[in-house]
Amino acid sequence: MRNLSPTLDIALARRGFLKASALIGGGLALTATLPMAARAVASPAGAAGEAGMLGAFITINPDNTITIIGKNPEIGQGIKTMLPMLIAEELDADWDQVSILQGDTDAARYGMQLAGGSFATPMNWIPMRQTGAAARQMLLAAAAQRWGVDAASLTTEPSVVVHAASGRRATFGELATEAAAMPVPDLAQVPLKSAANFRIIGRAIGGIDSPRIVRGEPIFGVDTQLPGMVYAAYERSPVFGARLLSANTDAAKAQPGVIDAFTVEGNGNAEDLVDGVAVIASNWWLANRARSVLSPQWDNGDWASHSTAGYDAAAAAAFASGEPQEVFANKGDIGAAFAGAAKVVEAEYAYPFLAHVAMEPMNCTALMHEDGHMEMWAPSQTPQGGQGAVAQYLGLTPDKVTVHITRMGGGFGRRLTNDYMVQVAAIAKRMPGTPVQLIWSREDDVRSDFYRPAGYHKLRAALDDAGKLVGIDDHFVTFDRPPGPFNPASMPAAEFPANYVPNVRYAQTKLATAVPMGALRAPTSNALAFVFQSFLDEVAHETGKDLPTLMLDLIEGAEPDPTEPGFFGPTPGFNPHRLAAVTRKVMDMARWSEPAAAGRAKGFGFYFSHMGYFAEVVEASLDARNQVVIHDVWAAGDVGSHIINPHGAMNQVEGAIIDGLGQALQLAVEIEGGAAKQSNFHNYQLPRMPMVPNLHVEFVMSDNAPTGLGEPALPPVIPALTNALFALTGKRVRKLPIDTRQFT
Amino acid sequence: NGETREIDAPQDMPLLWALRQELGMVGTKFGCGIGMCGACTVHVDGVATRSCSLPVGSIGTKQVTTIEALGESPVGQALQAAWLEEDVMQCGYCQAGQLMNATALLTSNPNPSQDEIENAMRGNICRCACYKRINQAIARVAQEGTANA
Repeated sequence: MRNLSPTLDIALARRGFLKASALIGGGLALTATLPMAARAVASPAGAAGEAGMLGAFITINPDNTITIIGKNPEIGQGIKTMLPMLIAEELDADWDQVSILQGDTDAARYGMQLAGGSFATPMNWIPMRQTGAAARQMLLAAAAQRWGVDAASLTTEPSVVVHAASGRRATFGELATEAAAMPVPDLAQVPLKSAANFRIIGRAIGGIDSPRIVRGEPIFGVDTQLPGMVYAAYERSPVFGARLLSANTDAAKAQPGVIDAFTVEGNGNAEDLVDGVAVIASNWWLANRARSVLSPQWDNGDWASHSTAGYDAAAAAAFASGEPQEVFANKGDIGAAFAGAAKVVEAEYAYPFLAHVAMEPMNCTALMHEDGHMEMWAPSQTPQGGQGAVAQYLGLTPDKVTVHITRMGGGFGRRLTNDYMVQVAAIAKRMPGTPVQLIWSREDDVRSDFYRPAGYHKLRAALDDAGKLVGIDDHFVTFDRPPGPFNPASMPAAEFPANYVPNVRYAQTKLATAVPMGALRAPTSNALAFVFQSFLDEVAHETGKDLPTLMLDLIEGAEPDPTEPGFFGPTPGFNPHRLAAVTRKVMDMARWSEPAAAGRAKGFGFYFSHMGYFAEVVEASLDARNQVVIHDVWAAGDVGSHIINPHGAMNQVEGAIIDGLGQALQLAVEIEGGAAKQSNFHNYQLPRMPMVPNLHVEFVMSDNAPTGLGEPALPPVIPALTNALFALTGKRVRKLPIDTRQFT
Repeated sequence: NGETREIDAPQDMPLLWALRQELGMVGTKFGCGIGMCGACTVHVDGVATRSCSLPVGSIGTKQVTTIEALGESPVGQALQAAWLEEDVMQCGYCQAGQLMNATALLTSNPNPSQDEIENAMRGNICRCACYKRINQAIARVAQEGTANA
């Protein structure tokens, strides 16, 4: 996640600029330039208005077809379809005439290109629409000039300008060349459509690449094919933090099909490059097979002694000591609150490391041109970060590293870290003129991840005579990690219910580790929702309430939190009214007040993350073998005023729910001997079709700017499930994944 | 896919890697290499087969069909259309394997029950978990037949 500026103003651009140019052969090309993007990237050019362009690049052709650039990387979240929808809406384009091209990595032209944090929707909701609206204004101006009428007397139908008074019509394509000569409007001044006039926003539109995918056309990073391309596999130590001492590269070179084998010295930073041995062959399977004869010798240092069992013991010792390393949230008088409590609820929670296992294993294709210019085809969620990392490694300026953005077979946060890009660059630089495709095996992927951090919590709640929650105390045992802009092993000081309880202490102890950690879909939230919503369910039971009632009681009378400094600028603070709305909605959807069917039970969970509010209810039972059966999941979400593409939105929510259930039921990466014990889908078992419950999803519309849906539906389903299992069995799940032996 | 192709590769090279990197047919996907995820599913004489675990030397004269030729069969074409109607996919990477497996299912059993669909498809992982839509797309073709393709 590096090279991302924390200063980007998510509150949207106030002023903007457009550049128009006539295309050879006629037509209009329009590039939007927004100061928002100018602040997001170091300004490479001098002139104001040139530097840091946010590129929504529209090309209108004389035949009335329109090409729109999708600037952000597509990992399956649907952004390549959705951002152009915003432009096309305000352009008033005929969607059937629109084609979409993936933009290359170009911070100067496109501004931020990121697939992460569910940020793309809130960051682009206004700027993309302004871009389309400005282009429409230029088309109107061109028609007004051609017909000698006032532009205000003109309207548009999809891809057509209409002068109703005279009945004259002209297609966008007919006007495009003239439009390119029109003055470029100030983006901040262009009028945007009222929602009542939307023709594209709110329409269920299928994925733009889907027709190619069902035909098996090459579209993913690993499908990249270049003349003369060779394939690379990379042997690294399974022990995190290990250094390479030696390897038998001659033996590998003697294997069939092997072209070369050499050692690569890392810089000790897993985010960049770890020590390893590259094997190059004419076919990846041959390269990968030749790894077996390398006999690498590693210096594991002290890290080989690390294990999940060791971390568990260290956390237990930290809890026993009662002395956290640091307090990071302190409000009221926690000592007095517990001293005067009528009842204290206490519990310990734990959750494991998790891998991302994107379906397309990590890979990247690189060609070191003879002139020293590096060209890459990268499935990366942060291609600009990867470009910077590769440039730094090669000692080049970023403009000497061209990065083509490919579609990705999933991301889930794994591809926010671009180690595989640096790895292939280290290999390709040894082979100028030869394209190299690095592919990781699934075992490499599972054992060389940036894992969702494991964590441990010792929680205490103080209740007063009336059963009111008056104090909450958490000792969080987490892991120390290298500094970076986002720490997935952290916990917010405002973690709910901190702002709604008078006495609070959140404190932490950080364990040393060499296990690489990173963001997994809904980072921090995917773990903290389980911990806090389960613990609050415990508190609710102690006070004779149910969890949704406790949640509504806690926020009663509360007003929205003030705007907070977010990762990319100020973000709206938590709004308790939105919590209440989705909670009431899901209670209604799931008939919460009515008992579940015989032998089943319902559980509730709420979470606010990535600016989205989701309340979910799970109905579950145990089968004859005490295995968990999930029958139904109801989800109510508030992500603002519009569901831009209902197809994509529903798909994200449905997928996030099943993803969360899979984490709860059966996923864990255990550390043994300093390495990940799991290695492939036989021991890291993802959900499969028979597990899928009935899914009931509804959106609560609110008067807020739309926000992203990649993440916020996931966190609450985990406690909704574990709370359902408590309601069913009276046994509290305090550790993930769920150990069903506790139900026997 | 109806063509005869010759390659120079070791007998034990999996069909997957022969298809992708010897023949340049990259529609068939690498997911796990151990037959656990189904992303690499092809048809060998009409039977859904994990190409990551099938040595290329064992194929002999058998007919191999890949996603690139799926649209040539009525069932395959109907499923491709249903996949788009249901907007099944998120990332799409596993979908070649899902489609190949679904085609084998509906070719041998045109009217599967829900249980039969789930059992037949359980070998195919979708990391994005688009299972509900995959199921709906298969059920749609089972219901409507191939006439609409």
